[in-house]
Amino acid sequence: MQTPAPFEYERASSVDGAIASLQEHGAEARLIAGGHSLLPMMKLRLATPAFLIDINDLDELSYIEEDTAEVRIGALTRHAELLESDLLAGHFPVFRDAEQVIADPVVRNRGTIGGSLCQADAAEDLSAVCAALKANVVIKGLDGERTVNMDGFYIGPFTTAVGADEILTEIRLPLRQGAGSAHEKVERRAGDFAIAAVSAAVWLQGGTIADAGIALGALGPTTIMATRAEELLRGKAPSEELFAQAGEIAKEDCSPLPDGRGPVDYKRHLASVLTARALRRATARALHQEAN
Amino acid sequence: MEVTITINGEQVSRDVEPRQLLVHFIRETVGLTGTHWGCDTSNCGACVVLMDGLPIKSCTTLAAMCVGHEIRTVESLERSGNLDPVQLGFHEKHGLHCGFCTPGMLMTARALLDHTPNPTEQEIRTAISGQICRCTGYQNIVSAIRWAAEHEAATRQEA
Ligand SMILES: Cc1cc2nc3c(=O)[nH]c(=O)nc-3n(C[C@H](O)[C@H](O)[C@H](O)COP(=O)(O)OP(=O)(O)OC[C@H]3O[C@@H](n4cnc5c(N)ncnc54)[C@H](O)[C@@H]3O)c2cc1C
Ligand code: FES
Ligand code: FES
Repeated sequence: MQTPAPFEYERASSVDGAIASLQEHGAEARLIAGGHSLLPMMKLRLATPAFLIDINDLDELSYIEEDTAEVRIGALTRHAELLESDLLAGHFPVFRDAEQVIADPVVRNRGTIGGSLCQADAAEDLSAVCAALKANVVIKGLDGERTVNMDGFYIGPFTTAVGADEILTEIRLPLRQGAGSAHEKVERRAGDFAIAAVSAAVWLQGGTIADAGIALGALGPTTIMATRAEELLRGKAPSEELFAQAGEIAKEDCSPLPDGRGPVDYKRHLASVLTARALRRATARALHQEAN
Repeated sequence: MEVTITINGEQVSRDVEPRQLLVHFIRETVGLTGTHWGCDTSNCGACVVLMDGLPIKSCTTLAAMCVGHEIRTVESLERSGNLDPVQLGFHEKHGLHCGFCTPGMLMTARALLDHTPNPTEQEIRTAISGQICRCTGYQNIVSAIRWAAEHEAATRQEA
């Protein structure tokens, strides 16, 4: 029977309270949100925090809101809420694509977007989703708030820009014209992490791709931005040939590790195929003609 | 630490270690052994209980995190000698063999029907996709949940 190693537990009643508590208990302290990444790691002693700060009572971190410039998501918003949100599916269909295949419905009742991003596991689907959408995240500490773009969020495997005494409070998704997005994932069985996953977003302007975002999940030590493939797409008219070329670049630029989910050549093959597929669906959606 | 959790409508107070998982609190501290514990990887779903009406994996939740919340276990399904329609469905359609996965399946089924009274086969399969059954091949479980949905609809019409 696996139970986590002993720790002290406290429930935060405000964001500032959680930050003060992180500050007070130093490197030994960890926040717990849904607990669906942290508790499995604690059972395996891969994480042994001496102090846990439970942020589940912070209702002020649970929302999906829209203004003219962006959609804002509170860090404590759960997978199930992200899946059900028509607002999100309308602007960023990549979210519903991903949420349908993240874990299983029971896990989705607890896991949060903040926990997913902060876990910084390359196989977290939402990391790829937010990276492809070029999201900004709001990080709060004792000295106030700062905003970090997703391309600077992942510092290394299981390491993010969030400091030891800071908390991720919000994810901001910029609203831009001509947007389309999609998530493609291959998994061994229902509810499993990806063998490989790709999130893609395109922003079309007058028939050409003004900008693109491509993020590769489970295809390296962290979520990888396929920046060379994005560059290739910019300023070009979308076509099957172009998507295939972008896929070939993603295949070269990823760095998957062999594991129980598959060997390297298979994962590279998936990087190429899934990139092309995600781009195809994202573009079709941008053109308002959802194709599968 | 002292925790007070509402389990099956009753407030239960116990002194526990903060690291105690909800599944062990339910089974060992409170003694309700209907909820099962089947894995260390949050994959099997034998431990599913309802938290404020939603199915959760009790092996991946601390008892301490449930203070102030309502937990429902499989023991709450039968009321004054009457089985819940999902229990009747599992009986009628032979939705179990060894029964190990059954408490989790029943609770997920209950929550599904509470939110979606007339689920399609696909909705049922999706709802139980986080739960593993080594015996039935799932078909009978799906039929059992369908049976319960139809039975409940018929009862509602009569009322
Ligand atoms: C069986 C199973 C299958 C899964 N399958 C998938 C899958 O297919 N795809 C997928 O993407 N994920 C999957 N997951 C992971 C799931 O999505 C988790 O819910 C998610 O990774 C973590 O969210 P959480 O809220 O549970 O985070 P927690 O476990 O509570 O926290 C994770 C980490 O983030 C930190 N943290 C949490 N919130 C904040 C915050 N606001 N600010 C700063 N730090 C914070 C914690 O300190 C911890 O280090 C699976 C999980 C399980 C158990
Ligand atoms: S005991 Fe297996 S998922 Fe909880
Ligand atoms: S009946 Fe045996 S595991 Fe499901």
